[in-house]
Amino acid sequence: MTLKMFARALACITLLAYGTPTLADNSNVVVMKNFDFSPMAITVHAGGTVTWKNLDGEPHTVVSADGMFRSAALDQNDTFTFKFTKPGTYKYVCSIHPKMMATVLVK
Amino acid sequence: MADQTSRRGALKCLGVGACTLFTLSSGVFGAINLAEAATRKDMGAPLFVQISDTHIGFNKDANPDVVGTLNKSIDFINALPQQPAFAIHTGDITHLSKAEEFDEAQQLLKRMRVSEIHAVPGEHDVTDGPGTEFFNRYGKASANKGYYAFDAAGVHFIALVNVMDFKAGGLGALGDNQLAWLKNDLAGRSASQPIVVFAHMPLWTIYEPWGWGTAEGDQIAMLLARFGSVTVLNGHIHQIVQKVEGNITFHTARSTAYPQPTAGTGPGPGPLKVPTEQLPKMLGVTTVKLTRTRGPLTLADSTLA
Repeated sequence: MTLKMFARALACITLLAYGTPTLADNSNVVVMKNFDFSPMAITVHAGGTVTWKNLDGEPHTVVSADGMFRSAALDQNDTFTFKFTKPGTYKYVCSIHPKMMATVLVK
Repeated sequence: MADQTSRRGALKCLGVGACTLFTLSSGVFGAINLAEAATRKDMGAPLFVQISDTHIGFNKDANPDVVGTLNKSIDFINALPQQPAFAIHTGDITHLSKAEEFDEAQQLLKRMRVSEIHAVPGEHDVTDGPGTEFFNRYGKASANKGYYAFDAAGVHFIALVNVMDFKAGGLGALGDNQLAWLKNDLAGRSASQPIVVFAHMPLWTIYEPWGWGTAEGDQIAMLLARFGSVTVLNGHIHQIVQKVEGNITFHTARSTAYPQPTAGTGPGPGPLKVPTEQLPKMLGVTTVKLTRTRGPLTLADSTLA
C-alpha cells in the first residue's frame, strides 16, 4: 500500500468512526439549587432522558404529578435520571418541599 | 416534699440546660423562671415529653453528629427528677426515609425511659410515597392510616398526619377523609376535657412561602374552638414559634438534629449552620405537664446547653 492510499484509508476510517452525528443530545440536566428546580421548564425529544442533580444541603425528591416517575430522597450531589418516551407536558414537584414545581416538555 | 423535689429538679435542669417554663392562666401566656417555678406546689411529673425532627441519617455541616445530640436529648429526659409517662415524636424521625435510618432511630429512642412512643411522620419519613418503612414500624396505632387518637390521664390526644397529601402550593394537608374523621372524633366530646393535637407540620400558617402551615388549618381551629383547653404541638420548622388563640395554644418544637433559619431568612428552610458552641442552645425537647388547676397544660422547652 502506498502512503497516499494509507492516508486515504485512515481518513475513511476516521470519518466512519466520528462522522455520524448523534441523533439528539440526550443528556438534559436539571439542578435543585436554593429550593428551586433549574431550569423550571426543560424541553427534550421523545426518547431523551433528563437527569436531576441536587446541589442543596437539604434533600429533595422529583415526583411527577401523574405518578409516572418518583425519585428516592436525593441527598446533596445525588442524581436521578428518567427516560421520556411519550410526547407531552409533565409537571412535577419536590414532595418534601411542594412549593418547588417544574415541567418537562417532551416533543 | 413536693417543693424539695421541685427544687432539686430545678437545679438539675439548670445544670443540664436552659429551661423555660410557659404557663397559661386564663389564656394569658407568660414565661416564669425556673427558680420561681420550683416553689410552686403544682410541679408534678410531666405527663409526656415531645421530641421532634431527629433526622437520623443527616450528616452535613449543620450537625455532623445527629446521633450524639439525640443521645444527649435522651440523657436529659432520663435525668428528669420525675419521668414522663410517655413520649410523642412529631416526625422527621429519619432524614431520607431509609430502612437503616429507621432501624437506628428505633434503637436510639428505645433508651428513653418512657412506657411508649406515639409517633406521626414528617415529610422526610415518607419520601417513598406510601411511607412503607414508617408504617411498618409505627403504623399499628392507626391501622396504617397515619391518624389516630388515645386518652391518657383524662386528656384526649389526637395524632394527625399532614405530610402525605400536599396541596399544590406547598402547605401540608389532612385530606377530606382525615378531616371528616377529626370532626367525628371531636363531636359530642365534653368541652372540659383537655385536648392535645399533634402533627408534624404546623397546623396554623406561620409562613406560607415556605409551606409552613396546613391547608385546613382554619377549619381545624374552628373544630377545636369550643374546648376549654387545647394544646397543638408541631415540629417541622426546627425552632419554637407559638401562638395563643382563645383556649388554643399552638407550639412548635426544636429539633434534636439541627436548627433552621427564621421565616424568610435566606432561600429556604434548609439546615442552618451556627457556631459550634451555639448549636446545643438551639436543639432540645419539650416536656408537658397537666397542672391540677383548671385545664391548661404547662409546656417546658429545654435546650441541650
